[in-house]
Amino acid sequence: MEVILQNLTKKFPGRDRKKREDVIAVNDFSFAIPDGKLIGLLGPSGCGKSTTLNLISGLIKPTSGKIFFGKDDVTDLPPENRGIGLVFQNYALYPHLTVKQNILFPLQNLKGKEKLSKSEMLDKAQAAARLVQIDALMDRRPGELSGGQQQRVAIARALVKMPRVLLLDEPLSNLDARLRLQTREEIRRIQKETRITTIFVTHDQEEAMSISDMIVVMKEGVVQQTGKPQDVYDNPSNLFVARFLGTPPINVFEGRIQNGQLYIGEDAVLEMKDISERSVYVGIRPEGFLLQENGPLCCKLNGVEVMGRDISIVSGHPASLNPAIRSIIGADSQIDTSKSTVRFALNPRKVFLFDHETEERMAFSL
Amino acid sequence: MRKNSGSFKAWLYLLPAILFLGIFMVYPLIDVFVYSFEEGYNSASQTYWGIGSYNYSYVLRDPYFLQAVKNTFILVIITVPLSTGIALLISTGLCSIKPLRNLFQTVYFLPYVTNTLAVGLVFMILFKKTAYSDGFINLIISLFGGNAVDFIDGPYWAKMFVLCFYTIWVVMPFKILILTSALSSVNPEYYHAARVDGTSRFRIFMRITLPMISPMIFYLVITGFIGAFKAYSDVVALFGTNLNAAEMNTIVGYVYDMLYGDSGGYPSYASAAAILLFAIVLTITCINLLIGKKKIHY
Amino acid sequence: MDYKKMEQAARTRQTVRNIITYFFLAFWAVIVLFPFYWMLLTSVKSYGAYNSEYIPKFYTLSPTLQNYADAFSAVSLGQYLINTVIFTVVTTAVMMFVITLAAFAFARLEFRGKNIVFLLFLSLMMIPNELVIITNFVTITELDMRNSFPGLILPSITSVFYIYLLKENFEQVPDSLYYAAKVDGTSDLKYLLKVLVPISRPTLITIAILKVIECWNSYVWPRLITDDERYFLVSNGIQEIRENGFGRENIPAMMAAVVVISVPLIVLFLLFRNKIMAGVSRGGLKG
Repeated sequence: MEVILQNLTKKFPGRDRKKREDVIAVNDFSFAIPDGKLIGLLGPSGCGKSTTLNLISGLIKPTSGKIFFGKDDVTDLPPENRGIGLVFQNYALYPHLTVKQNILFPLQNLKGKEKLSKSEMLDKAQAAARLVQIDALMDRRPGELSGGQQQRVAIARALVKMPRVLLLDEPLSNLDARLRLQTREEIRRIQKETRITTIFVTHDQEEAMSISDMIVVMKEGVVQQTGKPQDVYDNPSNLFVARFLGTPPINVFEGRIQNGQLYIGEDAVLEMKDISERSVYVGIRPEGFLLQENGPLCCKLNGVEVMGRDISIVSGHPASLNPAIRSIIGADSQIDTSKSTVRFALNPRKVFLFDHETEERMAFSL
Repeated sequence: MRKNSGSFKAWLYLLPAILFLGIFMVYPLIDVFVYSFEEGYNSASQTYWGIGSYNYSYVLRDPYFLQAVKNTFILVIITVPLSTGIALLISTGLCSIKPLRNLFQTVYFLPYVTNTLAVGLVFMILFKKTAYSDGFINLIISLFGGNAVDFIDGPYWAKMFVLCFYTIWVVMPFKILILTSALSSVNPEYYHAARVDGTSRFRIFMRITLPMISPMIFYLVITGFIGAFKAYSDVVALFGTNLNAAEMNTIVGYVYDMLYGDSGGYPSYASAAAILLFAIVLTITCINLLIGKKKIHY
Repeated sequence: MDYKKMEQAARTRQTVRNIITYFFLAFWAVIVLFPFYWMLLTSVKSYGAYNSEYIPKFYTLSPTLQNYADAFSAVSLGQYLINTVIFTVVTTAVMMFVITLAAFAFARLEFRGKNIVFLLFLSLMMIPNELVIITNFVTITELDMRNSFPGLILPSITSVFYIYLLKENFEQVPDSLYYAAKVDGTSDLKYLLKVLVPISRPTLITIAILKVIECWNSYVWPRLITDDERYFLVSNGIQEIRENGFGRENIPAMMAAVVVISVPLIVLFLLFRNKIMAGVSRGGLKG
C-alpha cells in the first residue's frame, strides 16, 4: 500500500498559558511512501517523527493537510478503520493476557463479513507467531518474557490481521545493544517476507541506515532530506543532515575559500576554482582523511584508538568545531605516535561544503 | 552503654503512643473476650457468676440480634455491589471527558466531608411522609403516578430502600476517588493499541480496563464489605436512636444498645455480639481474598 | 463514499457518547447536590410557610434568617459548636504530637525489638473500633470521666495508621541529612523539629485535615460517653435537636442547624481540595 502525505501539518496548543503560541510539531510534510518498502523516520527527539507516525495511525488528527492510503483519503478516518498495525515503543502488551491471547486480540475484534471462526483465528495467530519465531511461548504472559521476546509478540500482534501499513514507534529503543542488532535484522526479514509497507521511527541513525529502503530525516517538524540511506549519507543536503548521519560523526571545520583554494585555518587543503571568496563550513567524513607524510592538513595528534579492523586517529585543529577530530584509516597503516602532529590529505568525495549562513550544501567541482 | 542510652531514648519517643494504644486498644481487645465469657456480669457490682458461652447463646437467640443481622446482611448485599458498580460507571464517565471534569470531581466528593448525622436528617425530611406533607420524594413518585409511601416510619422495604440509598450516597465519594485514580493510571498506550486494532469501546472496557484496575476494584469490594457490616451512624441519622423499635437496627447498633441507653448495661452481651460481628467480617474478608486470588492475575 | 460514511458514523457515535456521558454525570451531580440545596432552601423558609406547604416548593420568595437565630437561641447549638471545636483542636493537636514522636522513633532511631514492635503496631490496624469500644466505655466510666473532655479525647489520640503513614514519609528524607545534622552536633529532637517536620509539612497537614474531618463527624464514642447536653458534640447535638429539639417539630430551624454544622467542613474542603483528595486516596477512612 502506497502512503502519501500531502502538506501535513500538526500544531499543538502551547503549554505556556501566557504566550498562547502553538507548537508546530509537524510542518508541511509532503512525501510519498512507495508500496512494500521499509521507511525509517529519523531525527533527534522532539523533531516530530512520532507525531508523524501518530498522524498516519490516526491516533491524532492533523491540523491541515491530507493522508492517502493508495487512492483512499483517510485523513479523517478513525484509526480502527485504517487497517494499520502499530507497534508501540513500550510494546503495550496486555499484561493480564497470554501471548496467544494478545495475538488473538485484534482478530477477535473483526465483525460481520470479516468475522473468523475459532480455528481460523488460531491458525492465523500461529502463523504470525511462527513468523516472529515465538510460537513456543504462546502460553506465557508478557511479564515472563525478555524484552526481545516482548518486542516480537508486539510485532506478531500488529501483523496478525495483515495490516495495509505497519507502523513501528522506536521499536528497538528498549532493547540492549546485542538484541538491537539481532532484532533489526529480524524486522528487515519480516518486512521482506510480508511485503507490507512499513514505517518506523527512530532517533538512532545507524539503525535507520542499516535496514531502511528509504530514510526521512526530520528536524523541528520539517523534513530535511529523503532518499536511500547511502544517497543521503553521500549527499547530505545540509549541515544538519551531514552531522546527524554517520558514526563516528562527520568532522566540521570553519573554512574559507580564497584564491581558488579551500582553507582550513592556514592550511590550503583543496583547490576550488569555481567558487568565489567566502566563509564556509567544511564537513569531512572520518573516512575522508588519508594519512600522508606531507599532506596539506596539519593536526595536533592526540591519540590513536585501535579498533581491530580500523584505526581511529584522534586529533585536534584550531578551526575544528568538534572538540576532537576523528579519522578512520586502515589497520595496516603505520603511524608514528611519537610525533606531536599528523598530516592528512583529503578525499574530495568525502568533503562537503556548507553555506555559512543557510548551512545548505554547496556544490563544487574539482 | 551508648547503645543502651540510644535505645532508652527511642522508647521514650514511643512512650505516649504505646501508653495510649495499650490502654485503649490492646487491653480492651483482651478484655472484650474476657467479658464475652463472663456469665451474668453485673456492671454495678462488677461481679459475675460463671465462665461459659451463655452470652453467645443469649445473643444468638435474641430476636433483636437476629433482626440486626438480617438488616446488616441485606444492607451489605445490596449496597456493596451497587455502589461499586455505579462508582465504576461514574469514574469511567469522568475519565472520558475533559471540560468540567474537575468540577464534577469536586461535587462528587462533597458527601465525604459532610456530617453523616446532619445530612441524614435532610434525607429523612426528603423521604418522610407526615400529616402536613407527603415530602419531596413522594411528590416525585406521584408525578409518575405512584402512591405515597412513608419511607421513614412505613413498611420495612421502604425503610430499607432509604437506608441503602443513603448508604450508597455516603460511600460513593471514596469509591469514585479511588476508581478515578486507578483508571487514569492505566497506560494510555494500551487504549491506543486496542483502538488501532478496532476494538469496540465495550470490549476495551471488559477486556483491558477492567482487568487492569481489578486490584483496585477488589480493594474497594473488601473495604466496602467491612464498612457496610459496621453500618450504624447513617441508620441513626435516618431512623433515630431507637432502632430496635424501628426494626432497622444493625449489628453495631445492637452492640451499642446492649452497652448503653435504655436497654443498656450488658457489656457481656455487647462483647459477645461484637466478637460475632468480628468473626463474620473476618470470614467474609477471607472468602473475598480467596476468590480474589483466583480471579485477579496480576 | 464508503470512507465518508465511516467518518460520519464515527463522529456521530462520539457525539452521542458524549451527550450520554455528560447527562449521566450531571444526573449524579444533581443527586449529590440536591440534599444540600434542600437543606439550604428549607433553612431559609419560615416555620409557617414550611408547614403550610403540603406540596413542597422548590424555591422561596421570602427567605428569612429567623431559623438561624432560633437554632442558636432555642437549642444550645452554639455550645455544641464550641465543644466540637475544642474537641477537634485538642484531639488533633495531641495526636499530631504523639504520632510524630512515634513515627520518628520508627523511622530514624535504632533500638532493640524495633521490628517486632512495629509489626505489633501494624497488626493493631486490623482491630475494628467496635471491638475495643466496649471496654473503653467501661474504663472511662470507672475513671469517672464521663461527660468530660478528657473522656471524650483520650481514646482517640493515637492512630496506628497515621503513624505508619508518617513513618513512610519520614523515611523518604535522605539519610545524609540526618548524618549532616549529627556531624553538626544537632540533637535528635532538634533534628526532628527543625528538619524532619518542616520537610514533611505537606503530609502532616494532610493528616491533620483528615483527623479534623474525622473528629468533626465523630458520633459513636461521644454518644456513649456523654449524656449531659453541656458536653454534646455537633453530631449528638443534631440528634438531640431532632429528638427533643425545639419543643415542637421545627424542621426549618433544624435545617438551619444542619447548615451551620456542615458549612465549616465544606469550607475546609474547598480550601484544601487537592490535599484532602490525595490524602483520602492514600488511606481512606470511610469505605
